[in-house]
Amino acid sequence: MSQTPENFSANLAWRHRMGWLFAATCRLATWASVVFLVVILLVIVSRAWPRLTPEFLTHFDSYKPESAGMLAGILGSFWLILFTGAICVPIGVGAAIYLEEYARSNWLTRFIQLNISNLAGVPSIVFGILGFTAFVRMFGVPRTAIVLALGFADVRIPLPFGRSVIAGSLTLALLCLPVVIIASQEALRSVPASLRHAALALGATKWQTISRQVLPAAMPGILTGVILALSRALGETAPLAVLGAAYFITFAPGRINSASDLAQHPDRLLQVPFDQFTAMPLQIYNWVNEQSRDFQQQVSAAGIVVLLVVLVLMNGSAILIRQHFQRKIRW
Amino acid sequence: MTAGSPPPTTPANAQVKVPRGSSLKRRFTWNGAYEKCIRIVLLGCALVSVITTASIVFVLLYESVLWFPGHTPFFGKVSLVEFLTATQWTPQFDGNQHFGILPLICGTLLTTVTAGAIGLPMGLASAIYLSEYASPQARSILKPSLELLAGIPTVVYGYIGLFFLTPLLIKPVLTGVFGLSVDGFNALSGGIVVGLMIMPMVASLSEDVLRAVPSSLREAGYALGATKYDVSAKIIVPSALSGIIAAFLLALSRAIGETMAVAIACGNRPQLTLNPLRQIQTMTSFIVNMMKGDTPVGSIEYQSLYAVALVLFLITLTMNYVSQWILRRYREAYQ
Repeated sequence: MSQTPENFSANLAWRHRMGWLFAATCRLATWASVVFLVVILLVIVSRAWPRLTPEFLTHFDSYKPESAGMLAGILGSFWLILFTGAICVPIGVGAAIYLEEYARSNWLTRFIQLNISNLAGVPSIVFGILGFTAFVRMFGVPRTAIVLALGFADVRIPLPFGRSVIAGSLTLALLCLPVVIIASQEALRSVPASLRHAALALGATKWQTISRQVLPAAMPGILTGVILALSRALGETAPLAVLGAAYFITFAPGRINSASDLAQHPDRLLQVPFDQFTAMPLQIYNWVNEQSRDFQQQVSAAGIVVLLVVLVLMNGSAILIRQHFQRKIRW
Repeated sequence: MTAGSPPPTTPANAQVKVPRGSSLKRRFTWNGAYEKCIRIVLLGCALVSVITTASIVFVLLYESVLWFPGHTPFFGKVSLVEFLTATQWTPQFDGNQHFGILPLICGTLLTTVTAGAIGLPMGLASAIYLSEYASPQARSILKPSLELLAGIPTVVYGYIGLFFLTPLLIKPVLTGVFGLSVDGFNALSGGIVVGLMIMPMVASLSEDVLRAVPSSLREAGYALGATKYDVSAKIIVPSALSGIIAAFLLALSRAIGETMAVAIACGNRPQLTLNPLRQIQTMTSFIVNMMKGDTPVGSIEYQSLYAVALVLFLITLTMNYVSQWILRRYREAYQ
């Protein structure tokens, strides 16, 4: 097969045109996503504008769009994410330490690892069904309540947990677990082996090495992963909707509606995990489903703005933590 | 030891005596027991994920398949053949209940195919652009905005689909220009927003595999006179193909499991249709809507939730497995 020079250069020009087209397509596809992001943010903020008042943050929900507020959702999400973190982080980091530092390469380790990556791909709504069956209904145990008398206060623990904060937190904690484990594993893996060798050579036990040298060194990576996982949990709606968490509620968990409530009745803190709750994304979903156009378009947009601002703050703090620690540690 | 003194030497033939109870023998110490306890606690943490998976499987199977006296599962009341072949899904209609999952599968398929048609090519194009073409400045804008796009909660995507895409884009174009009838809730709007949602995921996973292709391959291509297009499309992408396909599968499985965006934007009428402009119901939106309505525990509607969730779980699990298998089996190892 012979090719004349003229033929070849024609071909080359075609190839260059093709290349230009290809590059332009790729560029367009990428920037289109940025444009889309900017457009949706503008649309939402412009619709939310009339409702973005301080009262929106300090009022409870209402049947009237002009007085509807998000306080129940904000406080509900706060407690929910706090307990989710408290449950999920120790277990997730512990699992990561086991897999990275202790586990031998055998079938059990491979099985756990495979299991974690599969769990990461399970749809969140399936976790919701698990949470509903295992925590809200507790496989259908008869309804009772344990009352813990602590002297200064009584804590009423309902069994099964029902649609309480703790049921939601346990469900979200299971949902976040694979993300936290995988992020922590990567952070632990990036700590150089020389650090471990040095500690062990100085006579530290394995746990001393891990808890005093390896974990602090891996902390920025772990924290970043944890914050990202929790900010994902903050936006999760489907599992909470499946749990049957309340959509419309006019009190915060534990009836701690303001700072003065907290100052007057600090014992109510103990009741927080076992009280009903709603969350920011659930309120938004509820408003989107309302009949009135004001609710559908404006109030829900205002809710979305509040939710997005919280998410941006959380992600921003993750970035700050990463940068702060990166400057300190140098190997 | 002072600096001047010679180190003590042992004759080569001297017997080394190990004193009784030396460190070479395993003895009980509180420190050792503490270390062992910690190891067991950490193993317990690692097993939580296994227990979670086992409980998911148990919970789903208990209501849908497991049969014992006093408990009839879903598939004891509805035959598997009817479940998989009947064309009506009407669990809410008293006296006229039909449990054929095809309409729900069809709805899920419509949104997933739409999402894939948008998210996969866009994601791959972005990955190619980011790894081969983009300048560092462009990357520094694009990467964070893709991360932001991936971090937006799915309720927000539902809102955009229902109150922005459908009334301001889909209806004016398709009804106004082509004269098609479009429902207020439609599969197309949900599919588009889910596509935009999975796009950052495809982009970041594929970019990782594209960047892992060694630069010697690129250089070899350029040395043979290939243009940038030839190198990107005919060398880099084919060498990273297994990773790209794995990323596609993961993204599609996420689109199948996506709930809120489709529950809000696509409506709630299970219909056996392939027209993306109609109102439909996906498997996930059925579960959310059924759970909202306080379904009586133990009833057949209640059990149908678990059967649908089981199907959803099996589909996504299979796709994740295949994706991991492709990665392991067809991974090109470059030194």
